[in-house]
Amino acid sequence: MTDKSGTGMTDKSGLGMTDKAAEMSAGDQAVGSSRRLRTAFAALGMLPVLILLAAGFQIMNPRFLTETNLLIVTQQSSINIVLAAGMTFVILTGGIDLSVGSILAASAMVAVMVSLVPEWGMLGVPAAILVGLGFGVINGLLVAYIKLPPFIVTLGSLTAVRGVARLLGQDTTVFNSDLPFDFIANGSLFGIPWLVIIALSVVVLSWLVLKRTVLGTWIYAVGGNAEAARLTGIKVPLVLLFVYGVSGLLAGLGGAMSAARLYAANGLQLGQSYELDAIAAVILGGTSFVGGVGSIWGTLIGGLIIAVLSNGLILAGVSDIWQYIIKGLVIIVAVALDRYRLQAGART
Amino acid sequence: MTAAARIETVRQPVLEMRHISRTFGPIRALQDVSLTVHAGELHALMGENGAGKSTLMKVLSGAYRPDAGGEILIDGTPVATGDPIKARANGIAVIYQELSLAPNLTVGQNIFLGNEPRRFGIVDRDQCNRRAKEIIARLGVSFSARALVSSLSLGERQMVEIARALSTSARIIVMDEPTTSLTSRETDRLFEVIATLKSQGIAIIYISHRMEEVYQLADRVSVLRDSGYVGTLDRADLNASRLVSMMVGRDLSAFYKKDHRPPDSKRAIALSVRDMSDGNLLKGCFFDLHKGEVLALAGLVGSGRTELARLIFGADRRTSGTLELDGNPIAIGSPREALDAGIAYLTEDRKELGLFLDMSISDNISMGVLARDAQAGGLRDFATAERRAAKAVSDLSIRSRSVQANAGSLSGGNQQKVLLARLLETEPRVLILDEPTRGVDVGAKSEIYRLIDDLAKKGIAILMISSELPEVIGVADRVLVMRDGTIAGEVTASEGQPLSQEAIMELATGAAKG
Repeated sequence: MTDKSGTGMTDKSGLGMTDKAAEMSAGDQAVGSSRRLRTAFAALGMLPVLILLAAGFQIMNPRFLTETNLLIVTQQSSINIVLAAGMTFVILTGGIDLSVGSILAASAMVAVMVSLVPEWGMLGVPAAILVGLGFGVINGLLVAYIKLPPFIVTLGSLTAVRGVARLLGQDTTVFNSDLPFDFIANGSLFGIPWLVIIALSVVVLSWLVLKRTVLGTWIYAVGGNAEAARLTGIKVPLVLLFVYGVSGLLAGLGGAMSAARLYAANGLQLGQSYELDAIAAVILGGTSFVGGVGSIWGTLIGGLIIAVLSNGLILAGVSDIWQYIIKGLVIIVAVALDRYRLQAGART
Repeated sequence: MTAAARIETVRQPVLEMRHISRTFGPIRALQDVSLTVHAGELHALMGENGAGKSTLMKVLSGAYRPDAGGEILIDGTPVATGDPIKARANGIAVIYQELSLAPNLTVGQNIFLGNEPRRFGIVDRDQCNRRAKEIIARLGVSFSARALVSSLSLGERQMVEIARALSTSARIIVMDEPTTSLTSRETDRLFEVIATLKSQGIAIIYISHRMEEVYQLADRVSVLRDSGYVGTLDRADLNASRLVSMMVGRDLSAFYKKDHRPPDSKRAIALSVRDMSDGNLLKGCFFDLHKGEVLALAGLVGSGRTELARLIFGADRRTSGTLELDGNPIAIGSPREALDAGIAYLTEDRKELGLFLDMSISDNISMGVLARDAQAGGLRDFATAERRAAKAVSDLSIRSRSVQANAGSLSGGNQQKVLLARLLETEPRVLILDEPTRGVDVGAKSEIYRLIDDLAKKGIAILMISSELPEVIGVADRVLVMRDGTIAGEVTASEGQPLSQEAIMELATGAAKG
């Protein structure tokens, strides 16, 4: 079988296609190339937006691209990026975790309270992480084994865990001006703040899990087609339990980071609507809301966009009210882009 | 001949597509294809998957704009291309394989969806139901315009799609493999409706892989191959071997392959199924599957074949039943346990239940054995995955640009092979294939038959569910027929006497007591 279009393509693109590939029908190739464009679009994703935003803010205020300010931006984005990393796991399976802000508050409370225990103050950090993991596992059990919709489960825990956070401090702010792990928020290693190092480590570890482990591939598979995953022998409930556990654990880590910044925690105010920023970062990063498609690098860029927006708008002297409006619009535009991407892929 | 020629010149074709080409970047999906369709004609469009049929129909429906030089004429007048709304206004309606109805709405609401009859700006429900009723009556089918679509069978839903096409005064209706998921009774119903439509002067472009249908229905058949137009045959010239060779461009003398020896009674039993019930449709199914045997599970749609297969595979919960594998009782409560035991199942619905369309071919193939291949710490072994994929691609001749391409970019036949490859990587001893050639083109079909034959030769026990009787006869050594959730009987080949299509049909329909 001679296929003019196929062999023509081999010559031009030099992709080193085999004869077999050249035999492939033109329809396949057409779909393939449009998909390639789409993947390129998805992979590059929002990086151009981040660069454009940064350039724009730099023009408006030359103080934007200074070392000091960039350190501030990355530090401010670090907690959100940690939450968004966990959220990426959850959204990749087609789920959602609305409870991360509340879990962060409860964990921060625990972190500060444990830090007040003489001699054992350092245990505040692992305590916060364990508390976060605990709440995440409860979310996961309800989603994976009781098979409740993730939105409803985590909407419930959003409220319930917030209550727990308030209960922990009898609805007061707990302080520790002598926080043993305050270096997390104030110290740095080779000039890089610990907050940034932690956030980047979380991103790199997440990438390792998602792209380099069997579990990571299963996460994408469950998000892409849960029933097919089950029929392929993947233990779908375990995968779900894992992602909600990770999201909780990272919210707990976020709680420790928050506590370290503030030397205090307040169960009522801390972490309010953090889940929305985390979700926004994931969606801005090009992860599909229905699951199965996305990357942790996109989330990193999404988190940075949100931080750059906040910081740049402040530097540009935009009022607090308009900051809200602009950030909200950016999120909507991002979801519109997500839709566009999905529609482009809908044809078979 | 002269009479026919005169009719051609007298009758103005309702649709002419002239010199249609379509390129996507450097790729030609269609190359100079022309098609003429007359009013009241059923024009079958055949070709392997990826031959360009869908692209041609998308050009017709306005989803794609043809490249410069191509034109579409309706009643001899050129019309705008690349505009779905204008195409609809011009009387073109397409009924896709995946039906696009809203199941939670009524038949009437669906028929007029997006085109509701209004009074004072408000949807006029009475008029909607009345007109829907008229159209339904015109089709001669028997459901209410007020019925919820979710309460209809697949065949009835198709009728709703056709009714919707008629509601927009369609004069050219494209049907893309309309019988794929229909029972034989529903198929007959559809054919009656098609005859009615033809008598009303509506032209039908009918895409199908099933020869018998095309024989039964087509006035003319056009064949596409490799994005190009091959030719058109009149009804009088239809001939199976000629059609097949037009489609694949090669001879398919050995279409079905049955080289492996039929099992003698001494051959070991691989899987023994006892008293399988699901508390719903299935009522106590018993059978034995021998090593190296291809056992077909025939029966009408809805007789419980898929349900039985899924029960054996542990995909659904059973209320009774035991399994023995190679003589040892095994407990299977989940697909994972079935796979570990050596039982693999190919789903009938590869897009919904089988493939990960957004993941690479390589990941799709290795998905069932990732844990087995993993390195220390649960890290992926990409080299092994790559090796498995490369081997599968060459063993099963999967045609793709690269094993890193998304599974969604493949044609139906190649997707099916990827799914088969995934099952084979788990090294099954028992292979359950549910409609292994559904929606697969002729070339891939024969390759899948050869693969089944090779696997049986290696001693793998194969249970094949199929709705196509020629396939059952051509591939299987023995046939079990299901009816109403039980095994109604068995059909075997005896000396010089091949498997009988009639015997299978009698058991399946209940015409004979098994």
